[in-house]
Amino acid sequence: MWDYTDKVRDHFMNPRNVGEIEDADGVGEVGSLACGDALKLTFKMGPDGRIADAKFKTFGCASAIASSSALTEMIKGLNLDEAAKITNEDIAEFLGGLPKEKMHCSVMGREALEAAIANYRGIPLPLAEGEVVCECFGVTDLEVRRAIKESNLKSVEEITNFTKAGGGCGKCHDRLAEILREEQQTGAGTQQIIPDQRGKRLTNIQKIKLIEEVLEREVRPALRKDGGDIELIDLDGDFVTVSLRGACGTCKKSQTTLKEYVEKKLREQVLETLVVEEAK
Amino acid sequence: MSETPPVVYMDNNATTKVAPEVVAEMLPYFSELYGNPSSMHSFGGQVGRTLATAREKIAALIGARPDELLFTSCGTESDSTAILSALQSFPEKRHIVTTRVEHPAVKNLCEHLDRLTGHKHRVTQLPVDRQGMLDLAQYEEALADDTAIVSIMWANNETGVIFPIAEMAALAKKRGILFHTDAVQAVGKVPINMAESGVDFLSISGHKLHAPKGIGVLYVRKGTPFVPMIIGGHQERGRRGGTENVAAIIGLGKACELAASRLEEENSRVRALRDRLEQGLLAAVPSSMLNGHPEQRLPNTTNISFEYVEGEAILLHLDRYGICASSGSACTSGSLEPSHVMRAMGVPFTAAHGSVRLSLSVYNSEAEVDFVVEKLPGIIAKLREMSPFWQTAHKGATGGASCKCACS
Repeated sequence: MWDYTDKVRDHFMNPRNVGEIEDADGVGEVGSLACGDALKLTFKMGPDGRIADAKFKTFGCASAIASSSALTEMIKGLNLDEAAKITNEDIAEFLGGLPKEKMHCSVMGREALEAAIANYRGIPLPLAEGEVVCECFGVTDLEVRRAIKESNLKSVEEITNFTKAGGGCGKCHDRLAEILREEQQTGAGTQQIIPDQRGKRLTNIQKIKLIEEVLEREVRPALRKDGGDIELIDLDGDFVTVSLRGACGTCKKSQTTLKEYVEKKLREQVLETLVVEEAK
Repeated sequence: MSETPPVVYMDNNATTKVAPEVVAEMLPYFSELYGNPSSMHSFGGQVGRTLATAREKIAALIGARPDELLFTSCGTESDSTAILSALQSFPEKRHIVTTRVEHPAVKNLCEHLDRLTGHKHRVTQLPVDRQGMLDLAQYEEALADDTAIVSIMWANNETGVIFPIAEMAALAKKRGILFHTDAVQAVGKVPINMAESGVDFLSISGHKLHAPKGIGVLYVRKGTPFVPMIIGGHQERGRRGGTENVAAIIGLGKACELAASRLEEENSRVRALRDRLEQGLLAAVPSSMLNGHPEQRLPNTTNISFEYVEGEAILLHLDRYGICASSGSACTSGSLEPSHVMRAMGVPFTAAHGSVRLSLSVYNSEAEVDFVVEKLPGIIAKLREMSPFWQTAHKGATGGASCKCACS
C-alpha cells in the first residue's frame, strides 16, 4: 500500500474543483487511457487578469486525482506569469509530498497547466517536439532533460518515477542514461552518476575489457610510481584474479592496496559487485 | 467516518485468515512443545510424531503419499525448487514451457534462469486467449526434445481461470518431460488427486488455505529425479535442509483437514456467493465486464473491469468502507503498466487499468456480498464523473500524451 500523506488522501477523497468550465479561456489536456492517467484542466480568467476559476477532470490513481485537485487550488487567484512558474515539485510540496514512484502524477499536473496556458496564449507547446525516447509512454528527450534539470534527477530510475520514460519495455534505459550523462556534464558537472543496474548485465568479455581499461588508465600509472605493476589473470563471474608485480609483489601493504585501492577503483568504474583477489 | 469500519475481506487470493482451529492446533508448539523433531529424546520425538500426522493430512488432501511431500518456506520456494531441480537433473536440456500468465514466482524465475545457472535457456511462454485460456494444440507443439520441464499454474491468481492440468501433464509424460504446476490457488478449492495425475511437481502455499504464512509444500512424485535447492541437514530426507517450521506445518495439517471437509462448501455456498456478487456488480454498473472464462474458473474468484476508471482509486474508496480487494491496474503494483495477466489476455486498456479482483472464502457471508454490491457502483459512478473519458471527448495530444502504450 502506498504511503500517502493525509493531504493527498484528503484531496483524493474530497477533490476540489472537479468538472469542466463550459466557456473556458484555457484548456489543457495531457495523458491518455493507455498510459493509465490523464488530466483535462480548464480555467477562466477574471477581469483583473488573474485566474478566476479552475476545474479538472482526471482519470488515474489517488495521487493523480490529488495532484489535479491541488493544482486547481494553487492556481486560482494567480496571474498567468505566476501560474506558469508552478513546478511539479510545488504541487508535490503542496500535498506534503508524494511517493517517489508517483512523482509523474505531479509532472502531469504541471504539463496540463502549461498546455492550458499555451492554449490561452495561442502558442504551440515546445514540449511536443523533440526526439521520442520512450516509445511505450511517448516521452521525448526534451521532457526528460527538463525533468533532470528541474528535479535534480540522478538515476534512470528517478527519470522513470518522474516522467514514466523507461517504465514499459525498458529498451530506452541506455538512451536515458546517455541523456542523464549529457545533462550532468552540461549542468553542475560534479554530481556522481548512479549507473542503472536494472536488467543490465555485463558479459565476461565486457567486464574484462572494462577492467583492463581501468587498470591501464588509473591503476597501473599509480602503482608504477612506486615501482610496482599489476596484471589481470582471470575473471570468474564477479571474482577478479590479479597478480601484483615488481615492488608490489614483495610489499607488505599489497593486500591493502588490492582491496582499498584496486578493488575500490574497479567497483566504482566497472561493477559494484566485483571482488578482487590475488593469484596464488 | 471516524470509526474504523469492520473489515469485509474479499482478497483471499492474496492471503487468507488463519482458521481459528488452525491457531488452536499450533499454539502449544510455540510454548511448551518446543522440542526439535530430529532430537533423540522423547521430548523432541513427540513433535516428530505430530509432524508425521500433519504430513499425512496434507497428503490426503491432494491424494499423495506422505513421503512425496517436502516442506518449504513458501510457494515461491516450492516453484524455484521444482524448476531448478529439473534443470539440474537434465543439464543437457535447456528448454522450458510455461505461460504468459504465470505468477512472478515462476515467470520471473524463468526470465532469470540464464543468470542463475550460467547457461542459455529457451523459455516458451504460451499465450492465452481473451478469456485467459490456453490452446492445447499450441501447447503440444511447444514441447520439444530438449524440454526439461513444463511449469503451468493450476489456476490463475488474478482471474481464477483453471487450466487443463491433467491433459497437459499427460501430454508431457508421453514425451518424457517433467511437469510442474503451481497449485497455490487451486489446493482446497478444487479436487486434486495426485494418484490419478501425471503431475511430477506441485506447489502448495499454506497462507492461501487458512494456514499461516511462511510454510509451503512441494509435492515430488515418487521416482522423479530430484536435486535439492537448500542443502544442509538431513531434514526432509536430505531434500530440503533446515529445521522444520514445526508449528506452521502442524497448522497446515489442520488447514488441509479443514479444506478437505469444506471442499463441498467452497463449490456450493462460496460459488453461489461469488456468482451473486459478480452478477450484482455487472448488472449495477454499466460498461463493466468479466475478465476470464465464466465457467473454467475457481469457485471463489471474480475479476471485473470497470471501464474509464483506475483501479487504485477504486481500491482506496473501497478501503474506506473496510472492503479489501485488489486490482490489476498499473498504479497498484508500482509499475507503470497494467498486470501482465490482463495484457496477455488482450484486455483493452480502457478496461485493464480499471480491473478489480474480489476473491472470497468460506468466511464470507451474503450480507458482506450485498454490502459490496451496494457500495461499489456508487464509487465507480463518482470516479467516472471525475474522468475525462466518461461521456466526454478527450483529445489528449500534448506533452507525454502521445502515448503508444505497450499494454494495448
